[in-house]
Amino acid sequence: MSALSDQLLVVAILAYLVSMLCYAVEYAFGARGAVARAATRELVGARVGGVDTASTDPDGPDGPDRSPATAPHSSLATAPHSTAISPRGTAASPRGTVAWAGRAAVGATVLGALAHLGCLVTRGLAAHRMPWGNMYEFVLTVTFVGVVAWLVLVARRPAVRHLGLYVALVLMTLLGVAGLVLYTDVAPLVPALDSYWLVIHVSAAALASGIFLVGFVTAAMYLVRAGYEQGRAGFPYSLGHRLPTAGALEPLTFRLHTLAFPVWTFAVAAGAIWAEAAWGRYWGWDPKETWAFISWVVYAGYLHARATPSVRRSTATWIAVLGWLTMLMNLFGVNLFFEGLHSYAGVE
Amino acid sequence: MTGARLLPLARNSWRQLTSMRTALVLLFLLAVAAIPGSLLPQRSVNVERVAGYFAAHPDLAPVLDRVWAFDVFASPWFSAIYVLLFISLVGCIVPRLRDHVRALRAVPPDAPRRLDRLPQHADGVVVAGGPDAVAAALRRRGWRVAVRGGTVAGEKGYLKETGNLLFHLALVGVLLGVALGSWYGWHANRLLVAGPDGAFCNTVQQYDDYGLGARVDAGGLPRFCLELSDFQASYLDSGQPVRYAATAVVSGADSGPPGARRFSVNDPLRLPGASVYLLGHGYAPVLRYTDRAGRAQTTVAPFLPADDALTSEGVAAFPDANGGDRTAQVAFEGLYLPTVPDSPPFVRSAYPAERAPGLMLFPYRGDLGLDAGIPQSVYQLDRGQLAAGRLAQVGEPALLRVGESMALDDGTRVEFLGTRQWVTLSIRHDPGQPVVLASAALLLAGLMASLAGRRRRVWFRPMPGSASTFEAAGLPRSDYPGFADELARLVATVSPDQPSLPRGPR
Repeated sequence: MSALSDQLLVVAILAYLVSMLCYAVEYAFGARGAVARAATRELVGARVGGVDTASTDPDGPDGPDRSPATAPHSSLATAPHSTAISPRGTAASPRGTVAWAGRAAVGATVLGALAHLGCLVTRGLAAHRMPWGNMYEFVLTVTFVGVVAWLVLVARRPAVRHLGLYVALVLMTLLGVAGLVLYTDVAPLVPALDSYWLVIHVSAAALASGIFLVGFVTAAMYLVRAGYEQGRAGFPYSLGHRLPTAGALEPLTFRLHTLAFPVWTFAVAAGAIWAEAAWGRYWGWDPKETWAFISWVVYAGYLHARATPSVRRSTATWIAVLGWLTMLMNLFGVNLFFEGLHSYAGVE
Repeated sequence: MTGARLLPLARNSWRQLTSMRTALVLLFLLAVAAIPGSLLPQRSVNVERVAGYFAAHPDLAPVLDRVWAFDVFASPWFSAIYVLLFISLVGCIVPRLRDHVRALRAVPPDAPRRLDRLPQHADGVVVAGGPDAVAAALRRRGWRVAVRGGTVAGEKGYLKETGNLLFHLALVGVLLGVALGSWYGWHANRLLVAGPDGAFCNTVQQYDDYGLGARVDAGGLPRFCLELSDFQASYLDSGQPVRYAATAVVSGADSGPPGARRFSVNDPLRLPGASVYLLGHGYAPVLRYTDRAGRAQTTVAPFLPADDALTSEGVAAFPDANGGDRTAQVAFEGLYLPTVPDSPPFVRSAYPAERAPGLMLFPYRGDLGLDAGIPQSVYQLDRGQLAAGRLAQVGEPALLRVGESMALDDGTRVEFLGTRQWVTLSIRHDPGQPVVLASAALLLAGLMASLAGRRRRVWFRPMPGSASTFEAAGLPRSDYPGFADELARLVATVSPDQPSLPRGPR
């Protein structure tokens, strides 16, 4: 069962690799891709410059710092650009191939997610417990939550599909690190982890981390897109022309964080209840607890900044990005470099 | 300065402090201030590692210590940040609380003059029953309604602000709970060796270390006594521990029902006024030393584990040996291996359970330095005495199996009788815990209400010349992308024949 789990991890990584290639095909040759845009530019002629081709959009390009009262509350699914673009795509690019690549990419992601799930389940069966006992298993779980969140997002808002390239890249990297660096043999839990609170605390932490991960991706995309819409050229901003409008990305980022923050709060509270039973105190400023607190404070800062009209949306979103960095510090930095009560990584 | 000048200054400072911008800066500072607490060892977490840091950085550590770098979370600067943050928070929510209570009692405001200027708007909404039917329909859906001369105003979503205020008040509750715990709580640690002679009672004299809250009287601790009657540890073949379980005999006036009680990691022993947590365990070799006069003494010496296979180190001292002659006191430095490896060197245990126990003993004789009045470790010989030559190793070390003995150079003998288990216990009482837990629950409830709730208003005004044809409009008071759909549904319910409202942004 343990060997099957390891094989399924390889299958999952390969499936994500295939999906990444398909996303890349769609990304490069799709309606919004470089080839199509070059063709469009020749066809349309005059329509070039810092403004996205989606400026046929009746609202015009959304300014990144529009006040909520004037910004259209358009969702990605209903945003006109996704439909406005397709006729032109028909004219300028091999649309059938590209749609095929995009669908294949999502299909491969689904296959990868199934193998990923199978990998987790068989691991849990092999160990006779929830597969959340060490860092290898935790990273597998967080990435799985991330994949599911991504698939849900794609199902509800197909316009974001071409961003799958980045999602697949992040997934492959994290799973690769998990498989190569963090791998630990299947074993039962150490006594300190042998509690039903493991299921509650770790699942909540993994769920929150997975949603924060997706929130970080949309936050980073928003910052790139907002810079692009302000006419900035140069490396990160030049990616902006393929992204949804800033006016659509920003509320999405906020909603993802409003979803993740209470879950994270619950995870920390459940951890405190467990800590009381295991270590005799509900809060002791162990490095992991300290960084969980720091993340909580930073994300609380993001929510407050977002609710304050005088704080610019891009400034607020930078705080969300900072929040994700503190989460990464907690996941990798604290587990690998600090000695503390949460040292269960099992990595030598 | 005069009072007339001080007052505006104070008012201005207060406004600054309670502004959102200041709160954000303070939040950010709080996050930054917590970072050194995770990078540097903290006394509240691990005193030994702080001592280790002092040894490793003798120049830097005292400087850091002067700025409370090893007590970050009790430092004046950390306290200053969170106290200011909480003052700012209270200063912010008290006026909002007042406004919210007022808003909860107020009727929804009258419609603006130009309803068609609002982001969501519909004309010609026909409602057969007139304003009363509209008001009834709104009320059924939980809207607070006011009817003024045919115009119906509705407002909904007060839960958002209620939740928001609850969240912030609950934060204050968490702080109060923490403060309560630090005033009225206490904790103590004790290494407890198995057996009736190891038993102890809950008084500060019998603890290895303890901390009492500011309002706790040492004489007022609950009266109970504990004896470790059994300890079981099980391991995988790899040496990874699977389960620890301790059994203690509890007695005393405040112990609850007396008798044997089992407890383990994650399942503490709950007594009426305190909880007992199992933190660690190890082996205590039992040695019998027969001195020059032929007098035998037995000691149980807890050894400290040095690795996961429970290779343990410690000292067994016999200060009263040889008739109390201070130059002929005897001690043994020991290395205990629960499982002696099959081949030398015999310096590391091969497995944490006692499969083939062996004790390596290094005999010493001389002045142990116990009468110098300086506190010293019971797990190590006094390095000063060794360096001064007042205490010296006598003879070669030997590896003893259970029941074996060795002779020293003066003909005295030491025998390894076996081992006993010991556990380290943390005994704690924190009356703030229920307050913190309840506050955390309220905090979470408030947070969800605050993030999910949406305050919004709607108006239905009769169009000129008709009592049952309305102009409808709505205004979300916070970010609410789905409001257009909600208003469209609302119009459709009050007026079933109505062509649907244009959806999406205008």
